[in-house]
Amino acid sequence: MAEHNKHTDHAEAHFREKHLMLDPLPRGQMNEMVMESMHTTSWKFWVVFAGLSVVVAYGLFYSWGVMIAEGLGVAGVNRPSYWGIFLVNTVFWIGISHAGTFISAILRVFKAEFRRPFTRAAELMTTFGLIQAGFSILMHMGRVWLSYWLMPYPNQRMLWPNLHSPLTWDLLAITTYLLSSTMYLFLPLIPDVAMARDRSSGWRKTFYKILALGFRGTEGEWTHLRNAMNIFAFAIIPVMFSVHTIVSWDFAAATRPGWNSTIFGPYFVVGALHSGMGAVVMVLVVVRGTMKNMKYFIRPEHFEAIGRLMLIISMTWAYFFFNDYMVQWYGGDKWTKQLLHFHEAGPMGWMWFVMLIFNVAIPWAVLWNARWRATPWIVFSVGLLINVGMWFERYIIIPVSLSINRMPFTWRLYQPGIEIPLGIGTLAFFILLYMTASKLIPLIPVWEVQEGQMAHELKKFGRETVVTVSELE
Amino acid sequence: MVTLADLKISEVKLSEEHVGKWGMVIDQDICTGCQACVAACAMENNIPFVGEEDSGYGRSMHWIRIERFWEGEYPEVKMTPNQPMLCQQCGSAPCEPVCPAFATVHSQAEKLNLQVYNRCIGTRYCANNCPYQVRSFNWRDYERPEPLPNQLNPDVTVRRRGIMEKCTFCIQRILNAQDKAKAEGREIMDGEFTTACAQACPANAITFGRMDDPESLVSQLAKRSHGVKHLEELGTLPNVTYFKGG
Repeated sequence: MAEHNKHTDHAEAHFREKHLMLDPLPRGQMNEMVMESMHTTSWKFWVVFAGLSVVVAYGLFYSWGVMIAEGLGVAGVNRPSYWGIFLVNTVFWIGISHAGTFISAILRVFKAEFRRPFTRAAELMTTFGLIQAGFSILMHMGRVWLSYWLMPYPNQRMLWPNLHSPLTWDLLAITTYLLSSTMYLFLPLIPDVAMARDRSSGWRKTFYKILALGFRGTEGEWTHLRNAMNIFAFAIIPVMFSVHTIVSWDFAAATRPGWNSTIFGPYFVVGALHSGMGAVVMVLVVVRGTMKNMKYFIRPEHFEAIGRLMLIISMTWAYFFFNDYMVQWYGGDKWTKQLLHFHEAGPMGWMWFVMLIFNVAIPWAVLWNARWRATPWIVFSVGLLINVGMWFERYIIIPVSLSINRMPFTWRLYQPGIEIPLGIGTLAFFILLYMTASKLIPLIPVWEVQEGQMAHELKKFGRETVVTVSELE
Repeated sequence: MVTLADLKISEVKLSEEHVGKWGMVIDQDICTGCQACVAACAMENNIPFVGEEDSGYGRSMHWIRIERFWEGEYPEVKMTPNQPMLCQQCGSAPCEPVCPAFATVHSQAEKLNLQVYNRCIGTRYCANNCPYQVRSFNWRDYERPEPLPNQLNPDVTVRRRGIMEKCTFCIQRILNAQDKAKAEGREIMDGEFTTACAQACPANAITFGRMDDPESLVSQLAKRSHGVKHLEELGTLPNVTYFKGG
């Protein structure tokens, strides 16, 4: 009998150590842990913060100012590559933003329990990533000071945006996505800022008081909040799919060889999830490694679960890549054939191979192993490589494919100019926004973790210890 | 049920609707590649000179260019006829629907593709979607040292950085001729005026005129059997006809 008890205790301890949902802490303690993680800043934080601020000031604002004053000549765009790294970055950042919605909406709808501690970390990526995408697309415009002409605002001359243009669809889709994902970020945040409001003083108290909208945690408030979150979770999924499909139509609806492909919609969506999941893993590893008390919330089981998703998405991406390539090659159009040959054997051919290695070969070789994908530095590296690979993929689709067209006299390679500091500037600004947010709002949705822990229980059936999950809603 | 014949009829209707008012015929066989048209176009339309470096990087802004090709490897090189390439004034132009700001529009009266300079915000989508790659973008504000500003054409807008431009079939000349003809109470006569490129061509390789007048020289030439239109298979309905090897 004693032997048996020891066995079950051991199993229980094992479960607790492994799974956050089975390792509950008292609520007050957990709240304090999250508050502490927001309040604690080491000197390293400020050094990085200052460094990034300099990069943003130079890379983003100064360089952009130069470009506005001098014209797009300081960038690398030319004939025939009228679109360059600005559009690559736009697609890239929109891709990054997809992971947030995927994790928090799709996994919430499907009740995937492992999502609980990092939904907010992912949603923040959506909002901040979309801000960078917006910057990138504005930089790309020749006369950015007139960008408001893309908005359908009433005016004396009855001039409206052209609804035939994929760019107008794009603007509408991205604006919808930015607004809805920000609201969707805000809704689950309300109980947490209310918690923070009750535990802080000074300016933080005022700040949280405004954000919490007077949330007190009554039954009625929770019902409303749950309803709103449910509606948003379902409604934002089609928005997410439509955004990247519409981004792909910027290319697919054009008459260019290599762009005019019917598979681009789903191919782009999967590509977005591919880079997005890689970015989520990187953010989680950094958050876990640098912020206080995060090792309790973010555990190897989470990396393991995201790693499995990354593997599946990598396989889906490989399928769509193959499909796109196959159909274009089989079509036999002479310009498309030339372009496909240019992709792999042209001067940028190395990029094409690196893309396939980073997006397919390395994830497949590493992520099949549960122990490897549960190791933070390994998934971090894979996520980083996937992001490089996906950035290359967009680079191949935009400036490399544009180098070749139906007028061989104009063929010319693209060489980036001021795009490089501007691109680094958006990356630095993304990290800067994230660092600021990590000190201002609870990065862990405490109430969601607590709710999950209440629903999970270890039960003994005979000799077996079994995990049970009850329906709360 | 829709039959194939019905479809063909509608196709014809479509192309009749899109038939141009103004057209051009370029005879590649007599083109000498002297670039007089390029220079004349730049003078007429206030096109800035971008300098050696930008030009070498694919940023020259000429609205018409002479494309030079050769076959074979050096020293056995065979030149093919020069190919002047300019906006084909498509009847169904790919550049038009993609502009989000309606800066690239089709003129109902002149049946030309117009670029509204002061509406352009510089997304450059039109240039990407142009299969002929004939649109030029103002990458910078290019310098016009004295006394060059004195020869600016007062009938043509001077463009600033960040906007797209392209061949207009010298619309300022079209409008002038129309005004004159209207004042004199008559139709425009064939050969009364022509575009800057056609005017400058020493070999008379470029003919410009009314396509809707079956008697005009340009419509007579365009009817010749060896005339081809570039990339017609894309359904762009171009209004420039080329003769090569005739």
